[in-house]
Amino acid sequence: MTRYLTAASLVALVAGGGAAFAQETLTIGAVGPKTGPLAGGAAVTYWPNVQLWAHDVNEAGGIQVGDTSYMVEIIEYDDQTNPGQTIQAVQRLATQDEADFILPPYSTGLNLAAAPIYDRFGYPQVTSTANTGNVDELSDQFPNLYVTLGAASGMVGGLIDVMTELREAGEIDNTVAMVNVADAFGIELAEEARPLFEEAGFEIVYDSSYPLGTQDLSPVIQGASDANPSSFVAFSYPPDTFALTEQAIIEELDVGVFYTAVATAFPAYGERFGPAANGVMGIGGVNADDAGFQDYVARHLEVTGQAPDSWASPMVYSTFQIYQQAIEGAGSIDRAEVSEYIANNSFDTLIGPIEWDENNNNPAYWTVGQWQDGTYRGIASTGREGEVDPIVKQGWGE
Amino acid sequence: MDIIFTGLLLGGTYALIALGLNLQYGMARIMNLANGETLVAGGFGAYWFWTGAQLSPLLTVFVVAPLAFAVNWLIYVVILRPLVKRAKSRGQLEVDTILTTFGLSFMAVGIMIALFGGDYFSYSYLATPVRFIGETYGLNRVVAFASAVLIGGALWLWLYRSKAGMAVRAIAVSPESARLVGINVPRISAMAFALGGAVTAAGGALVSTFLTLDASTGVMFTLKALIIVIMGGVGDIRGTVVAAVLLGILETFVATLIDPGLTLAAAYLLFVVILLVRPQGLFGRSQT
Repeated sequence: MTRYLTAASLVALVAGGGAAFAQETLTIGAVGPKTGPLAGGAAVTYWPNVQLWAHDVNEAGGIQVGDTSYMVEIIEYDDQTNPGQTIQAVQRLATQDEADFILPPYSTGLNLAAAPIYDRFGYPQVTSTANTGNVDELSDQFPNLYVTLGAASGMVGGLIDVMTELREAGEIDNTVAMVNVADAFGIELAEEARPLFEEAGFEIVYDSSYPLGTQDLSPVIQGASDANPSSFVAFSYPPDTFALTEQAIIEELDVGVFYTAVATAFPAYGERFGPAANGVMGIGGVNADDAGFQDYVARHLEVTGQAPDSWASPMVYSTFQIYQQAIEGAGSIDRAEVSEYIANNSFDTLIGPIEWDENNNNPAYWTVGQWQDGTYRGIASTGREGEVDPIVKQGWGE
Repeated sequence: MDIIFTGLLLGGTYALIALGLNLQYGMARIMNLANGETLVAGGFGAYWFWTGAQLSPLLTVFVVAPLAFAVNWLIYVVILRPLVKRAKSRGQLEVDTILTTFGLSFMAVGIMIALFGGDYFSYSYLATPVRFIGETYGLNRVVAFASAVLIGGALWLWLYRSKAGMAVRAIAVSPESARLVGINVPRISAMAFALGGAVTAAGGALVSTFLTLDASTGVMFTLKALIIVIMGGVGDIRGTVVAAVLLGILETFVATLIDPGLTLAAAYLLFVVILLVRPQGLFGRSQT
């Protein structure tokens, strides 16, 4: 045993001797849900990207700062989907683990909860899964907070534009059934949508909400179906996205637009519903034909053993790339200098170029996607390349 | 009419969720807060067999239930029996088991995440419409309802028509006196607890055909099961079934005629009203 260890460490010394001439380690913190209500979403969108990014960076020889290459070492904390725990974990990473950088947390609520603590310890927070209405006020309060995923108004606006286009083409009429999960996310999008639908000349014939974790959504689909709408829009979370779709298939809800929100872009959605998913619209999207994205999907599968989703996953990876590029660009691991670099530069990422507007937002983001022949494709964005034309939903096919 | 059938189906789901806990809490006197995790594990079993081998969840039940029976038996004998032995009163036992099983539930979540990851396990099984008096229902829900009727009926027959069932009921009423008439209380308690686990896991396999679960959703089911068991009366199978059906019909009624947003409020209102009128639950015996 002893001899083996000695031999092993000798080998390590010799091997490391050359490469590690100027090689150091950068400690990177990651805080997100591994348990609690949002754990299922984070297991698809967030954690695999942390793993993949660290793998990609280290395999390429680390982050280059001048002559030194920094390998990254990730410290992960489970915040149990509890904002108090997110704050504690960030604090712990900053003070005890002395993390050089901390990746953004997961989801709108947890990012907003942690913003003051990132700000206090001077960590830049380039969020990837936050989606909120009042981004403008936020950037005044927290100058190092960035929003890349887009604003609620843009998300809803994109959907309504697509629907208006279909209506003008005579594919649907102006009746809409709208439901939302009674949670910050669903309520905000529904409130955003009501006046916008009206402005665009749509009539909301069924409008209702249901509590998070509802076990039977058949009354919701039944109610929507009774109102005989031409479009069905649900600002939903993963479990109810699946349940609403399944119920719509069972009740054969006959609509030209069927839209569900979070999890529609998950690979599990396409696997579960197969051809019935064809024509289903969802929140967010991606340029599915982009070679960079396809390469990312392949690497994601290989390194993490699972496929990424087709909306937030590439965005999460892109924000991690921003950290890397900013550290290399600033030529320093000093947080103030890196923050300065982030604020004043644009970045070339997986989803394309990211530039900041005056409120530290990424103004060009995907708003709506659609399952078309087994692939989830972006159909509307606020300035991304690769939008495809929407198709009208033709029944649920068996 | 539609409301009643949809409500009945939902009630069947609720009965599947709650029957196991009633056996564990009512008969074995263990307030098992890890009950929901057993359910999720059962659901995962069904998912795993379905995606891996295309084995129907209806067959998986026969794999999952014995497995859950064995695991719960072990949990009872190794972890819970020492608590039963040292407890001086029912109150003390309750506090001890709540704390222990609360811890167990975290362990179970951790183990499931380590083994299967935190992702949703979502699959489609029997998601085909069934037409009945002009309305459509999901076949998977109908099957789950039928299974709930079968499981509930079998439990009732066993408890009220067999000797072993009588022994279980005896220890539910009074473990001390049960010993005096020659009932092997530790053995029967372990069996009731293990059976409760098996029923819960079977329920999990069945509800996973239409509910999307992940490793951390267990606590939601524990809560729902607890409400139903207490409403129906601790230790009474009929009470659990009646309470589950009442809750299902009430929630569907409110969701259809008033607003789906009010279902939770209505459920808790029913809970409060029943507790005010009958603190021991619908079919519960008052404590002497």
